[in-house]
Amino acid sequence: MFHEVGGGGGGGGGGGGGGGVTDLTVRQGANQSAEEGASWLYTFIIGVVGLFVDLPPTMTSSIDESSKEKMRSVSVDLNHDASLLIDIPDALCERDKVKFTVHTKTTLSSFQKPEFSVPRQHEDFIWLHDTLVETEDYAGLIIPPAPPKPDFESPREKMHKLGEGEATMTKDEYTKMKQELEAEYLAVFKKTVQVHEVFLQRLSSHPTLSKDRNFQIFLEYDQDLSVRRKNAKEMFGGFFKNMVKSADEVLISGIKEVDDFFEQEKTFLLDYYSKIKDSTAKAEKMTRAHKNIADDYIHVSATLNSLSADDSTANKKHLEKLADLFEKLRKVEGRVASDQELKLTELLRYYMRDIQAAKDLLYRRARALADYENSNKALDKARLKSKDIPQAEEHQQHCLQKFDKLSESGKKELTSFKGRRVVAFRKNLIEMAELEIKHAKNNVTLLQGCIDQLKNN
Amino acid sequence: MADTARDPPPAHTDFQELEDGEDLFLEPAVIQESGPASLPAEDISANSNGPKQDSLFDDDPEDLFAEATEEVSLDSPEREVLLSDGPSPAITPITPPTSVITPRIGLAHDDMFTHSSFDEIEEEEGGDSFDMHISVSDPEKVGDGMNAYMAYKVTTKTSMSLFKTDEFSVKRRFSDFLGLHSKLASKYLHIGYIVPPAPEKSIVGMTKVKVGKEDQSSNEFVEKRRSALERYLMRTVKHPILLKDPDVLQFLESSELPRAVSTQALSSAGLLRMVNKAADAVNKMTIKMNESDAWFEEKQQHFENLDVQLRKLHASVESLVCHRKELSVNTAQFAKSAAMLGNSEDHTALSRALSQLAEVEEKIDQLHQDQANADFYLFSELLGDYVRLITAVKGVFDHRMKTWQKWQDSQLLLQKKREAEAKLQFTNKPDKLQQAKDEIKELEGKVQQGERDFEQISKTIRKEVSRFEKERVKDFKMIIIKYLESLVQTQQQLIKYWDAFLPEAKAIS
Repeated sequence: MFHEVGGGGGGGGGGGGGGGVTDLTVRQGANQSAEEGASWLYTFIIGVVGLFVDLPPTMTSSIDESSKEKMRSVSVDLNHDASLLIDIPDALCERDKVKFTVHTKTTLSSFQKPEFSVPRQHEDFIWLHDTLVETEDYAGLIIPPAPPKPDFESPREKMHKLGEGEATMTKDEYTKMKQELEAEYLAVFKKTVQVHEVFLQRLSSHPTLSKDRNFQIFLEYDQDLSVRRKNAKEMFGGFFKNMVKSADEVLISGIKEVDDFFEQEKTFLLDYYSKIKDSTAKAEKMTRAHKNIADDYIHVSATLNSLSADDSTANKKHLEKLADLFEKLRKVEGRVASDQELKLTELLRYYMRDIQAAKDLLYRRARALADYENSNKALDKARLKSKDIPQAEEHQQHCLQKFDKLSESGKKELTSFKGRRVVAFRKNLIEMAELEIKHAKNNVTLLQGCIDQLKNN
Repeated sequence: MADTARDPPPAHTDFQELEDGEDLFLEPAVIQESGPASLPAEDISANSNGPKQDSLFDDDPEDLFAEATEEVSLDSPEREVLLSDGPSPAITPITPPTSVITPRIGLAHDDMFTHSSFDEIEEEEGGDSFDMHISVSDPEKVGDGMNAYMAYKVTTKTSMSLFKTDEFSVKRRFSDFLGLHSKLASKYLHIGYIVPPAPEKSIVGMTKVKVGKEDQSSNEFVEKRRSALERYLMRTVKHPILLKDPDVLQFLESSELPRAVSTQALSSAGLLRMVNKAADAVNKMTIKMNESDAWFEEKQQHFENLDVQLRKLHASVESLVCHRKELSVNTAQFAKSAAMLGNSEDHTALSRALSQLAEVEEKIDQLHQDQANADFYLFSELLGDYVRLITAVKGVFDHRMKTWQKWQDSQLLLQKKREAEAKLQFTNKPDKLQQAKDEIKELEGKVQQGERDFEQISKTIRKEVSRFEKERVKDFKMIIIKYLESLVQTQQQLIKYWDAFLPEAKAIS
């Protein structure tokens, strides 16, 4: 069930306690009514797959169970293994912070209970991701990309502008714009929940990573994860690490690759990454333009309503029908925008991050190769000097093993990555095309209906 | 400036200013003396300098017959004679189809005698017999540099007997249109006729064209102007009175037109116009009219509201046009990006699908571009036109106020003169007394005239507003339907494109 727990804001909240939790304060214009001045509090409870999702009348965007499934489709075939099922059924938005309720159902004995939930913050996910990245053993794996920070900047800015422009609009118009805005908040919210959920599900469906100790702690530990605040040293370390990594990139791109497979992959991934990054940005712009058009339709509809109210001729009915039509059209347009965003923009964005993760794997392997080559040089030097030969030999063996291990697992990972990518693209492109057709057909019906009514009158 | 325009245009010296319906109607007795000539009835209106002769010819023949109380044959002397009076130079006699002529003529004469039937005729206009289509096309740049201008071909297609042929065209430039409007405004606005406003000047737009930039924005500007000129002419000729105006007919038919120089913004005439406009605005604020007729008050309020709402709607639609253009551009950019992504993709089937996606998006961006044009040329320009038209309507109401004011002023003056005369009676100044008496006589005439003018303009405005509102409803309905149909087309095309893409996406293995 989706429901909004309002402090009176947003056109009448639903049930549920709104009491002691700190509130999401949204910057509004000066003309706040006392009611709207009360902060908003959203509680979105997202059902697991198969649960019917219901929206309160104030929420204009509709999520039905199939589109919930679709939201997950950036990575297909997750969360089907009954031995470890993870989902985020519940999330709370407090100011800038989102609190996720991570719910686990498992048949594995490594866990204390068969079913349990814990609250987690975004920073906890980042901690988990970083610890996995830093784990040597996983150097040969593609670590699922960390979920991005929840970003409510865009709807917040829009809210601010709406507040400023309130005086120029009719009450009806303002209400509709606010509804649109709420829908946008909701969409951002859903996206962030989805992306955090997928991260966990990627981990749970990976044969190696699902067994990670830190992962288990993340799922199970029912206290606050104190490490979620990286202490200054670690943060600093993190910063330097990134710096070194970029230097590595340059260094490593120059390294002679011994394996054709990896050579190809490297070329492909580097190029693909820049292209997909560009496509993501362009897709985002497209979506935004659609949203703007939907907003324009709101204004057109509202003004037509005013015109109709003033009109006493036969025109009145025409204007009413027209106003109604534009109101319906804008809803469709809004859905076109959000579907395009989910199917296309989010898909591209996700795989952009995933490709970055794949690139990271390549870099780790390349570093291992560099280490191996250095160890070879060291061994030769040792042999020359006849000093510390056994250590050098051991070191060289160690490096070779590491490199081989990385290459082997890397190859597997990259191959399955490609498969995963193709499947996800296919699913999303098909769904996007189907949705576009559905919405266009809807539009035709609405328009044709109005045209017929106008002609017959 | 309104005052000078009250004088009849020089060409029509034989017809006096129409002060009273009856006056014109008495004239046929005089006219009958002239010799016969074979001529079309339309020239009657051509010779009329005013409101009386008008929509009669637009009516459904059946209805006209029903109204006719006096049958007049094709060779009616009245008709012929009317024609021979000071016709406009541009119009030469033509032989109209008889079926069109007879009923109209009959009615013309009868109904000239009665205001009521005149009104009925106007109301019966279903517009079915208004068969005229004007198109403005083929913009051509004439000349070079700053003296260059765009010449437009104005083609009229009509079966109306008002014209010599069914189809004819002339070349006109923008200032010709402005000149036409200026003449019509000076003739008709002050007596209460809603004269459609001409398209606006644009110094920036024209300069670009003059300078010779053959780019997207100057092409768009020319197209925008061409479309606006076409709509302007169509609106003008849809007005039954204006259609018959000799200036309009000359504009449409005559191959040579005297250059309208007073339309230039920076000319002395232009400056005079600006000064007058300012004076008007001041006067408007100072006139306090006792509105005895609630109808006018109601209508004025109605038009005020309409003005506000239409402007708002216009602004929203302009924003829509802008965003749709943005969508088109963004889609095109995405298409390119998707194409590059497809090239980069190493999985063959996915690569092909991505390339197909790029192609689809490219077609869609063109679709959005076309839709943006429809948004603009159909919806946005319609609203823009009506915003300007309503300004003209408001102007007509203002003229009524001025007419009232004039009437009141003469009344006051008469009052004063009468008082003065009364005083003079007790003095021994026979000359002055006589002068006073003469002045009073003159002023009495003026006051009567003022009252008649006021009543006339009020009556005309009522008819005009009713016609305007009908026309507005029709106009909106027709154009909105066209616009919605354009939206339908876009959506249907979208369905086609995505339907074609779907198998490609499914083919990814």
